Amino acid sequence: MSRNLIIGGLLTALVVLAALLSFVWTPYAHTAMDIPQKLQPPNGTHWLGTDHFGRDILSLIMVGARTSIAVAFVAVGVGMLIGVPLGLWAAARNGGWIDELIMRGNDLVFAFPSLVIAILITAIFGAGAINAIIAIGIFNIPVFARVTRGGALPILAREFIMAARVSGKGDARIAFEHVLGNVANLLIVQATIQFSLGILAEAALSYVGLGAQPPTPSWGRMLADAQTLVSIAPHMALIPGCAIIITVLGLNLLGDGLRDMLDPKLRVSRV
Amino acid sequence: MLRYIFKRLLSLVISLAVASLVIFFVIEIAPGDPATFMLGINSQPDTIAALRTELGLDVPQWQRYLNWIGGLMTGDFGTSYTYRTPVAQMISERLWVSLPLAIYALTLSTLIAFPTGIYAASRRGKAGDTAVMGATQLGVAIPNFWFAMMLVLLFAINLRWFSAGGFVGWDKGLGAGLWSLTLPAISLALPQAAILSRVMRSALLDVLGEDFMRTARAKGLTRKQALWRHGLRNAMIPVLTIIGLQFSFLLAGAIIIEQVFYLPGLGRLVFQSINARDLIVVESVVMLLVFTVIMVNFAVDLAYALVDPRLRSRT
Repeated sequence: MSRNLIIGGLLTALVVLAALLSFVWTPYAHTAMDIPQKLQPPNGTHWLGTDHFGRDILSLIMVGARTSIAVAFVAVGVGMLIGVPLGLWAAARNGGWIDELIMRGNDLVFAFPSLVIAILITAIFGAGAINAIIAIGIFNIPVFARVTRGGALPILAREFIMAARVSGKGDARIAFEHVLGNVANLLIVQATIQFSLGILAEAALSYVGLGAQPPTPSWGRMLADAQTLVSIAPHMALIPGCAIIITVLGLNLLGDGLRDMLDPKLRVSRV
Repeated sequence: MLRYIFKRLLSLVISLAVASLVIFFVIEIAPGDPATFMLGINSQPDTIAALRTELGLDVPQWQRYLNWIGGLMTGDFGTSYTYRTPVAQMISERLWVSLPLAIYALTLSTLIAFPTGIYAASRRGKAGDTAVMGATQLGVAIPNFWFAMMLVLLFAINLRWFSAGGFVGWDKGLGAGLWSLTLPAISLALPQAAILSRVMRSALLDVLGEDFMRTARAKGLTRKQALWRHGLRNAMIPVLTIIGLQFSFLLAGAIIIEQVFYLPGLGRLVFQSINARDLIVVESVVMLLVFTVIMVNFAVDLAYALVDPRLRSRT
């Protein structure tokens, strides 16, 4: 197992565990305000300090992890659910008009600066976690369609596909029974990368007030709150920032490690 | 070559047409009538109707779309519902901040990424390579708005080298203008530099394994000469693609960074317009951003053909 895989796996596990743990336990209730204790730097009672309302930052970070993970996870799910079938369809009709249409549609989505459109969608249809998911998810669709198509094309040219066709299987059945399993590795690696991009996008949207709304804690929102207080309570900005970095770094390393492990070509070249 | 350009030009026109349709209809389905919003909910129906006529909102959708597109082509972006000033004028004022910021950030990103990427590739597997790659992993993971806050904390609040926000204006001189855009540009450039550096490294490594590089060495070129004369030029295709893509990230990323530094750029204009339901401004700014991205990608496609002669005969 590669070093990337281990470090990435550990960092990701840490964040996921913190998020899961927050369902049953946090050091303090994340909504509990204690004004006399506000803006405390990290200390024995509040390990990561308190914010401007005297809320415990560790508890907010733990519950905030839930928001980040949920938004990014569902956004990746949306992208895969729509993008993968589109990619398979395009690959099956390689060179046909449907392939052209799907791929040109993808080019078009890529031409839109994703953050601008995310801001537009959330601003028009209202700020909130659901709209943030849709906004981030839309941009995952072409990514997965492209990866699936690219991975599926060489598979579709193989003999076992012809054998399946001769045995009377239709396009859809071949795609799901034979092609999908063979491109799964690519999709897992891409999903990890999109997941980390989703975490960053969610943080950015929450930061400008278009993501999850208070009282739901989110890391981006915590950074927005910290901005005006950064000179007197730098820990309020440092800690959520580090939480984002650890999560994204963990996922990226995990993605790299998985690619090394799952891609036989890379494995051979390393040996 | 001509056929290549024609094909790209055709796809450029189609992309622009579809993009404009998408933007127009997304804005169309937005809830809320601009006229009602401007006059307040207690206004008289006939006043609202008069304003709708004045704003050109009473004609059918398709006609409004054609009016909008026709206007865009002639530089008439309409009039802002809120400020009652021409949108084109508002955008051009803001562009003087956003465009230099994006170019400044792109320049910084390239200046950081090229040497580090080349260095990492030339030290493949050694400590220097590991250090650069570790740093780029971190660079990709850092949210740029958080990095911006940290830069403000260190360089504006503690060291007082820069101001914490705002833009002094170009009338104070080029140096002063660039100085006030430096922290925003660094925060925008960092993640992009990390990505570009990784691309540069892997593109160079791919090229270094090619037969023509061995031939170049066999001809008697030193490793360095072969790298400069043949390696870099061939590694430029993926690097150019990423630089092209980055421009759109920088323009979009600037929207968030402008919030951190209170810069009077396009990003803040979009936010203010969204809050004021000044949808004609939102529509035009988004179209302008998409137009820029599509044009930059077109330019990158043409640059491919210049860098790689094989592409000229293909497609």
